[in-house]
Amino acid sequence: MKFEVEYNTIENVAGPLVVVGKVGNAKYNEIVKIKLHNGEERLGQVLDTSDTNAVVQIFGSTDGINIGDTAVSFLGETFTIGVSEEMLGRVFDGQGRPRDGGAAISYEQKRDINGEPMNPVARSYPSDFIETGISSIDGLNTLVRGQKLPIFSSSGLPHNQLVAQITRQANVKNSSESFAVIFAGIGITYDDYSYFVNEFRKTGALERAVTFINLADDPSIERIITPRLALTAAEFLAYEKGMHVLVILDDMTNYAEALRELSSAREEVPGRRGYPGYMYTDLASIYERAGIIKGKKGSITQLNVVTMPSDDVTHPIPDLTGYITEGQVFLSRELVNKGIYPPVQPLGSLSRLMNGGIGAGKTREDHRGVSDQLYGCYAKAQDAKSLSAIVGVEALSDTDKKYLKFGEEFENRFLNQGFYERRTIEDTLQLGWELLSTLPASDLTRIKKDFIDKYYKGK
Amino acid sequence: MGNIERISGPLVVAKGMLGTKMYDVVKVGDQGLIGEIIQLKKERAVIQVYEDTTGLRPGEPVKSTNVPLSVELGPGILSNIYDGIQRPLEILKAKSGSFIAKGIVADAISRGKKWKFNADDKVKNGGSVKPGEIIGFVQETEFIKHYIMVPPGTEGKISGLKSGTFKVDDVIAKVEKGGKTTELTLLQKRSVRRSTKFTKKFRAEEPLITGQRIIDMLFPVAKGGTAAAPGPFGSGKTVIQHQLAKWSDADIIVYVGCGERGNEMTEVLTEFPELKDPKTNRPLIERTILIANTSNMPVAAREASVYTGITIAEYFRDMGYSVAILADSTSRWAEAMREISARLEEMPGEEGYPAYLPKRLAEYYERSGKVESLGGKIGSVTIVGAVSPPGGDLSEPVSQGTLRVVKTFWALDASLANSKHFPSINWLTSYSLYLADLEPWYLKNYGEEFVQNRKEAMKILQKEAELKDIVQLVGAEALPDEERLILEIGKMIREDFLRQSAFDEVDSYTSMKKQAFMLGVMLYFRRLAADAVKSGVSVDKIAKLKVREQISRLKEIKEAEVDKSQTKIKSEIDDEFNALVKEYKQVEEK
Repeated sequence: MKFEVEYNTIENVAGPLVVVGKVGNAKYNEIVKIKLHNGEERLGQVLDTSDTNAVVQIFGSTDGINIGDTAVSFLGETFTIGVSEEMLGRVFDGQGRPRDGGAAISYEQKRDINGEPMNPVARSYPSDFIETGISSIDGLNTLVRGQKLPIFSSSGLPHNQLVAQITRQANVKNSSESFAVIFAGIGITYDDYSYFVNEFRKTGALERAVTFINLADDPSIERIITPRLALTAAEFLAYEKGMHVLVILDDMTNYAEALRELSSAREEVPGRRGYPGYMYTDLASIYERAGIIKGKKGSITQLNVVTMPSDDVTHPIPDLTGYITEGQVFLSRELVNKGIYPPVQPLGSLSRLMNGGIGAGKTREDHRGVSDQLYGCYAKAQDAKSLSAIVGVEALSDTDKKYLKFGEEFENRFLNQGFYERRTIEDTLQLGWELLSTLPASDLTRIKKDFIDKYYKGK
Repeated sequence: MGNIERISGPLVVAKGMLGTKMYDVVKVGDQGLIGEIIQLKKERAVIQVYEDTTGLRPGEPVKSTNVPLSVELGPGILSNIYDGIQRPLEILKAKSGSFIAKGIVADAISRGKKWKFNADDKVKNGGSVKPGEIIGFVQETEFIKHYIMVPPGTEGKISGLKSGTFKVDDVIAKVEKGGKTTELTLLQKRSVRRSTKFTKKFRAEEPLITGQRIIDMLFPVAKGGTAAAPGPFGSGKTVIQHQLAKWSDADIIVYVGCGERGNEMTEVLTEFPELKDPKTNRPLIERTILIANTSNMPVAAREASVYTGITIAEYFRDMGYSVAILADSTSRWAEAMREISARLEEMPGEEGYPAYLPKRLAEYYERSGKVESLGGKIGSVTIVGAVSPPGGDLSEPVSQGTLRVVKTFWALDASLANSKHFPSINWLTSYSLYLADLEPWYLKNYGEEFVQNRKEAMKILQKEAELKDIVQLVGAEALPDEERLILEIGKMIREDFLRQSAFDEVDSYTSMKKQAFMLGVMLYFRRLAADAVKSGVSVDKIAKLKVREQISRLKEIKEAEVDKSQTKIKSEIDDEFNALVKEYKQVEEK
């Protein structure tokens, strides 16, 4: 039993922050236990410490905390979570306490939830293709193991369905290694949460899933730690237990808003739209925890939902996210309105790690060319479309008409697919060639001549 | 010495620090975390700490080392990967595993290895030496002679200099002045925040050849010059930086990954040992030094990483090498400054950045240049910075502060990137202010036609953009054939010349010779096409010529086959146009 000094010297309570006086030696970032008058306990963390006082951020709300009666003790350690394989199949709250009514898990290790920065020298470059069965991802913006790929969505778009479909269908070619799914709901509604639980249950993924839930009406400051708990559990399963872990953080916009709330409570100089100047660094400390370590079996892949406030991709949250992550899957309202599912808009989507995961021996030799060419032609189709809106379809040249047709087919046949439809990469490339074959071969200059001779089916 | 009074993020306030100097390095706390003094207030010092401050508590000791933040320079520095304060990441991995733990100390340059040192005959023992003077060299790699120079601030009578095999910290000579003796080793230290002195700076006269067509042909940067590539995320900043690191004809590359992705550094580390330098045919890693401070590593070290990089670059410049330093991304560096400034509670300037941001940016880029070093060698530092403007909007302070000082601007364009037209450098808004200074060099090395072709290509692209505006309103069919031909040739230059795939083995690097050949063929085609149009042939016919497809595949031609293809394709263009004009005349006669 450790000796704990209790302080009754709270001087100040404002928003999620408490200032504790007469504490001369609180450690920076150490965990604090707050005991209320009625015996209730809450946790907090030291944000600023000096030889006279300590500023503590309370996870959870500050209601009921008073000056005089509330006792504060400093635990001397940083925020840790006990982890073990028993976590699979369990549901925890936003602070890592069981919320499924089950017993507390017996842990194998206690790990600091902030992790440590991975040494770039220790990383192994991600290059294992993950087949999600979705053409717009596999064909054009390939996901690889160890990647962090957010979904840029907006309110009212089917990002949850897309995430559920990827989770159900994703596998690595020719592999039967053990995997786990870690789902962190950050400020999501009960409705969204139960959707995922049902989906996971249907596909049997639930037994391989660890769920951390901070619902929309849970304390917002808790959202700061929820993704870190999830990633700490993921690091344990990936690097200690050799599992391939898919981490879903949904929704990072809620996380960023909690960060802003905390920053404004600390009276910091606000950056763009009131978000703190260090938000880039803070988001990076979450996203950069994806990856593969040399000599370890497991991997961490992140699939994060970022909803763009008012569909604005230049908003600080998607903007900073895009600067950190390895690409993005961009959902478009226009495609939804056309009845296309999944509404992945290729122009605007990107996978930075695609090149390492495709090509001969991984997907197929012509993959890079087909992808670049589909992009090029679809962009041209968009130009033809905007031209036709001004001069009318009749006034278009024959070439432009061909591209216009290509654009429609591309959206309806390539992008569009069923919620339960799983296309292999061969299906996807085949479909790509069918569409490209409606255009003259001499236009397909982004594909090598050899591949055109081999796969092109047009006249 | 002193004690911690307050901790807030990467900032620590210590008291009892009387006698310490600004920018001195200090060891903070029981773990001895590395920090730097950035403010003094009477007996208090404000320290930015280069490692995570979690677990520090008030009262812990703070010791000053009494030296400013410095880098270690000497044989063995090449091919290394360092963090922002020059700790070798390989050694950190050996000491603390896959994750970087705190408080680890490691020598930047391996002490164990022995090097063969060749003393310079011209330096006589008993004679006097000055700072920067070359006293010998170590053959570090097959192509890099690592010159050993008298460190800054040291001068006097030299003695004991001789060739031999030494470890980097063995004494190779002594320098005595006014009764004070300094021992020289292969290793020297230089403070990172001050630029190294030189004798003379020159104007730009030679381009940095990068193998990237749009850069070399339209928007070159001079050796010793500066360039910036601002663009939104996904516009290919990092790929451009990687391409320059791979293919530019500098002798030494310093690559600073400043607050960017870990996997990108891993990519460089995986690829560079395997790729060959086109100039020397040796692995690229042998001429490269990497500084990696990824976005999840401590923020204060990010601020330092750019200075660490440029100081290393200047060191090799002083030996007479052409050095290119690539910083990706300077915006993260500026943001690190902003974060520290905010914690110091300084009055913010624009968008929260400190008021001294423009000055710091200018100071950094001003450390570029082609110079004669104190040791009498002529070397250059070329600085290329990536900028990551929020939302891709260039009106923000970092982009503006950068554009005011750099001479080459590569405007990365989101819409080009979206359609996967890479490099996504916009040919209408980008510029290079070196063109006039470099023209004599191009004339001397590639002749009049080369210079004319560039001008013609630029003119076509501009005209094409004007015409496209009209097409957007009335459709292409409404234009006369002369103008439709411009659209066709513009498209050819854009798609078949400017667009270049970094991922294709052949296309990734194009020699100047092949670049001149490619553009030459396209403009030759244009001249014949213009004549044909004049004699009445329609543009649709010209666009359908067989040779047109061959032109679109010029980029696939291997370097070795350029000469052979040149005559062949020109004669095919001649033949096809002759046939076309003949056919047209026959129809007309009937």
